[in-house]
Amino acid sequence: MAGSTLHDGLTPLNEASVQKSDDAHGYYTLGDKLVDPVAPVGPIAERWTTRKFENRLVNPANRRKLDVIIVGTGLAGGAAAATLGEAGYNVKSFCYQDSPRRAHSIAAQGGINAAKNYKEDGDSTFRLFYDTVKGGDYRSRESNVYRLAEVSANIIDQCVAQGVPFARDYGGLLDNRSFGGVQVSRTFYARGQTGQQLLIGAYQAMERQVAAGTVEQFTRHEMLELVVVDGKARGIIARDMVTGEIETHLADVVVLATGGYGNVFFLSTNAMGSNVTAAWRAHRKGAYMANPCYTQIHPTCIPVSGDHQSKLTLMSESLRNDGRIWVPKKKEDCDKDPRDIPEEDRDYYLERIYPSFGNLVPRDIASRQAKNMCDEGRGVGPMVGDFRRGVYLDFTDAIKRYGKAGVEEKYDNLFDMYERITGENPYEVPMRIYPAVHYVMGGLWVDYHLQSNIPGLFVSGEANFSDHGANRLGASALMQGLADGYFVLPNTIRDYLADGPFEKIDESHEAVVEAKRSVQERIDRFLSIDGTRSADSYHKELGNIMWEYCGMERTEEGLRKAIDLIRELKADFWSNLKVLGSADTLNQSLEKAGRVADFIELGELMCIDALNRRESCGGHFRAESQTDDGEALRHDDEFAYVAAWEWGGDSLEGGQPVLHKEDLIYTAIEMKQRSYK
Amino acid sequence: MNLTLKIWRQDGPDDTGGIHTYEVSGISQDMSFLEMLDVLNEQLNEKGEEPVAFDSDCREGICGMCSLMINGEAHGPEVTTTCQLHMRSFSDGDTITIEPWRAEPFPVIKDLVVDRSAFDRIIQSGGFVSANTGSAPEANAAPVPRDKAMRAFNVATCIGCGACVAACPNGSASLFLGAKITHLGELPQGQPERWTRVVDMVGQHDHEGFGGCTNIGECAAACPKEIPLDVISQLNKDLRTALKNGH
Repeated sequence: MAGSTLHDGLTPLNEASVQKSDDAHGYYTLGDKLVDPVAPVGPIAERWTTRKFENRLVNPANRRKLDVIIVGTGLAGGAAAATLGEAGYNVKSFCYQDSPRRAHSIAAQGGINAAKNYKEDGDSTFRLFYDTVKGGDYRSRESNVYRLAEVSANIIDQCVAQGVPFARDYGGLLDNRSFGGVQVSRTFYARGQTGQQLLIGAYQAMERQVAAGTVEQFTRHEMLELVVVDGKARGIIARDMVTGEIETHLADVVVLATGGYGNVFFLSTNAMGSNVTAAWRAHRKGAYMANPCYTQIHPTCIPVSGDHQSKLTLMSESLRNDGRIWVPKKKEDCDKDPRDIPEEDRDYYLERIYPSFGNLVPRDIASRQAKNMCDEGRGVGPMVGDFRRGVYLDFTDAIKRYGKAGVEEKYDNLFDMYERITGENPYEVPMRIYPAVHYVMGGLWVDYHLQSNIPGLFVSGEANFSDHGANRLGASALMQGLADGYFVLPNTIRDYLADGPFEKIDESHEAVVEAKRSVQERIDRFLSIDGTRSADSYHKELGNIMWEYCGMERTEEGLRKAIDLIRELKADFWSNLKVLGSADTLNQSLEKAGRVADFIELGELMCIDALNRRESCGGHFRAESQTDDGEALRHDDEFAYVAAWEWGGDSLEGGQPVLHKEDLIYTAIEMKQRSYK
Repeated sequence: MNLTLKIWRQDGPDDTGGIHTYEVSGISQDMSFLEMLDVLNEQLNEKGEEPVAFDSDCREGICGMCSLMINGEAHGPEVTTTCQLHMRSFSDGDTITIEPWRAEPFPVIKDLVVDRSAFDRIIQSGGFVSANTGSAPEANAAPVPRDKAMRAFNVATCIGCGACVAACPNGSASLFLGAKITHLGELPQGQPERWTRVVDMVGQHDHEGFGGCTNIGECAAACPKEIPLDVISQLNKDLRTALKNGH
């Protein structure tokens, strides 16, 4: 019955979903429905305020007796470490890099949204909330997104106070721009390096606490196991990547702020070290993994130039404001110099298909159409395999309009970056772009307090299944990371910690010994297989399978094939892997082996999740679910739920994941189909 | 392209280390320098030799994790990070010497990987604004003149890679230090702690064993983010003022 998950007095605007189709039948078992046990009630604008008051307090003297572990030092983890440290808790912060300042949040370019309404152009908390839920294709929780919009304005205040050098206008006040199909100017930015400046702010705030002694920092440490005692998260097993020592760290609460798993595709815009291991180890210990197939594909990346490539580089989406996207009308023109192709032989396909939005259609549409053009054989650029993966992003008209100097002023560093990577001058030859994996919206399931289904395990930022749903908008990932770290977690963790002091455990506890032993056995196994293939080669092969069958466009047939291929790959990995060197020193091959093993298992679950979700939603285009004119078709009646997967054992041994569905119920916004025609 | 690589190999902090020579083939002009090393490592792995350890992460020039002295230059012949250096800067048949950052406060961990945690400790000594979460005033309460905001931003782009130290004959981190002092010193938010900050940060810098600045300018020439040399003047000026006023 509709609204069965709601408490007193709220009238849901949509019916609970009833799934009719089941493409993934036989690949999973169905578990109980899932309900967020701490979902707030009451008018949407008051829910967070009320909850902050209801959450219990921990007095300052008691905070000193409570230990918090935070894994990851990006916007979500660094901000949380700084805030919980200054509140007086004992914080231990872990990162795999050599310094917390390297976390991949640093690479975000565009900006951060906040409902400040500085331009008096009609922005408000409710509008930011509305745009975000709509942009997420109604696959996020409305209470969480409203809270995000609500605290967004505080984030800007906080960052400015820390000295983050946002762009200013001539009067010295903060400047804003609009971003990604939004009709108000609410994006705050620091040139094309907003992520860097926000991260440095959080990093500095955290280092201040390190100096104050409230935060202890462990760099070049990798979490390899979660310690669960009596059903509660009580610590982690980490490897010191320099000495190889397997360390136990115990605490009263564990926070995973470990970022996303886009690297499962091998080629992505993620940093080389971005991985899923911490989250996946927690998943295997019982934490649910939600909506794993939700991947954001970014339309404007520099295309692949050959098989050697290790990563893809994002070009800011702002380029689509002035660049015109086209491919040759005729296949035989594809290897010509684009300057020799006359206007009448060019297909400005986005302007043709979507006359009202043109080159500014949302990310998912721009990405999929680029792929369609290349699949038709009209891609441009070098042949990689037997395929050209690129479309032109042409600035000829913009240069005519503003002059070269005008374009230079707007996009200079991006044009330089492009030239450095490709060796081509984009002022003379049109740029080439192609979509790439950029961000994931899936992640560990959390309740309104950002707590996973394992008590004491909190998950924040990109590592949780997010407040954003299927296709989040630009400039909202930074907002979520900092909202979680500065404002949400510190208020929800205290309610959990108010139950403390918790029973002390030590390293001799059975659960700790067991966790440590499993880590050691795994490492020994990697080193003893002594096969012929590097971890990297498996990673590349997995990436190809994922991109081909679980990327921008999915089909039932392709996903079934992908699952078979991944299972074969997994069997081969565990019998034919080759890792040289030893475990008692810095060993980058060993680190990769552990991460790739987890990516393979995650990839399999992503395909099962994608197979189950027979609807096109945001960036996830299921070919079986499209409108008559080829657009994405959502099925709210069947799929308006969060798919939360429970670990059900290794598939090679007959294990199957268990699906728990959490209905998405809206009380403040009515679900609508998006249209950009 | 075929290349001869002379690479510093060192098993651990206590090992003496030395240059080893490798031939690498099948290198494309479009590869980044680090992708070229990936190819070498795959080839080494196949031969049963342990791959060369080196640091990298974002591979798009912003995280500051990559390092490498390439033919004696920090990050190699272009003004960029090693991850953004491409093989078209080299020619077929070249011999390339690759070493770790050379500076006493950056001890070698293994092969080409060094420990740059001294930079974190310098930031801990005062490279921040003390603003507790939740206590911030409205963001537009303190206007910042545009030129000051631009200047602050331009120097806040420092990625903490350590190329300035590796390039400096004195092993000084003054450019890194100057960038942070100038970033926070240009903004109204940075004023309350301005004078204690510079004294504390310079003290920590010296304590870590970084050398003094003698205005050689190699740091700014090697900086992939083109932090200007005049941040060191700003650093010295702030330090002089602070000491004169008894901080």
